[in-house]
Amino acid sequence: MSEKLYLEEPEVELEEVYCRPTEALYDIPFHYCPGCGHSVVHRLLMEVVEELGIQEETIGVAPVGCSVFAYHYMNVDMQEAAHGRASAVATGIKRVLPDKYVFTYQGDGDLAAIGTAETIHTVNRGENILMVFINNGIYGMTGGQMAPTTLPGQVTSTSPYGRDVSMVGAPLKMTELIANLPGAYYVTRQSVHNPNAVRKLKKALTKSFQYQKLKKGTCFVEVVSNCPSGWKMTPVESIKYIEEYMFPLYPVGDIKVPKE
Amino acid sequence: MIKGNVNIDAKICKGCELCIIACPQDALALSSHFNDKGYRYVELIYNVCTGCTNCALVCPEAAITVYRQAKPAKKEKVSTE
Ligand SMILES: Cc1ncc(C[n+]2csc(CCOP(=O)(O)OP(=O)(O)O)c2C)c(N)n1
Ligand code: SF4
Ligand code: SF4
Repeated sequence: MSEKLYLEEPEVELEEVYCRPTEALYDIPFHYCPGCGHSVVHRLLMEVVEELGIQEETIGVAPVGCSVFAYHYMNVDMQEAAHGRASAVATGIKRVLPDKYVFTYQGDGDLAAIGTAETIHTVNRGENILMVFINNGIYGMTGGQMAPTTLPGQVTSTSPYGRDVSMVGAPLKMTELIANLPGAYYVTRQSVHNPNAVRKLKKALTKSFQYQKLKKGTCFVEVVSNCPSGWKMTPVESIKYIEEYMFPLYPVGDIKVPKE
Repeated sequence: MIKGNVNIDAKICKGCELCIIACPQDALALSSHFNDKGYRYVELIYNVCTGCTNCALVCPEAAITVYRQAKPAKKEKVSTE
């Protein structure tokens, strides 16, 4: 299986230990901005699908936002949904095809702004789907406007003096909110800011797909991510911003875990 | 030390530098050349890679393939043959 490659000292034999998913991820370059977390999560989802051997049984629902073209990259059955409605579309798919693995992939503008009602009611009904929630604190696709998740004081194109909490309210912590609903089975917040975070996120996604078989409720994985373009930062600066400013408000870790 | 190596697909690298800050060996750096898209791509500059896969895990473009020295047990077996 693994390719062999040799360094200058020919006695050291190397074997392949990591390569991009070859089956579930199409071999085409991502359209995302340099350093954007969307690409990492796309790859991880498809790695998990490939490793669990469920490519044929997986159906994804793509959102509106930068990841609107998720189906260009994910080699599984996919359906596009209207802005914010991914979890409603996924509900329909899962109810007609209850043995398929169904997931939605949504940004914070999609899942926590225009799609708030769909999100809350989907989880409240305990639909047996996985919802992947990419929280980059901003509307990336449309030019970096303020999202419900934007940090207090954060400058965006629609909050040029920083988010004024007294006027627009405090950031909406959707993940904590839906964790209180009885239909939520597994709720966790992860990140992609360093290699260990990526390893943990992959574990969370794997568990979520496995839990779907049990038909016990909704699995919800928030990913604290970045939007270097919308934040007007270099990718490296955006990683520092996640660590310094996002984590105090959006701490990573499990919020609701199934009782064994 | 465990030996490793990386193969970086310069065609799809966007020079975001996230792999550079993830590498514990400081073995990666931006090239002074550009790829077709106009990005300075990343290269392995020191032969100190241990094959830890950190760079590949954070690479948004999934541009990095990682190789590592085969497990010692396996190697000993080969050498005694
Ligand atoms: C019904 C409707 N309203 C508004 C829009 C405009 N629109 C497109 S993407 C977007 C926000 C996306 O933000 P987010 O979900 O955070 O995704 P990101 O681009 O940051 O990944 C908006 C408001 C739309 N396409 N459809
Ligand atoms: S605008 Fe932001 S969210 Fe969209 S691809 Fe670029 S960095 Fe990613
Ligand atoms: S993380 Fe990937 S895209 Fe970014 S500089 Fe490194 S190889 Fe290039």
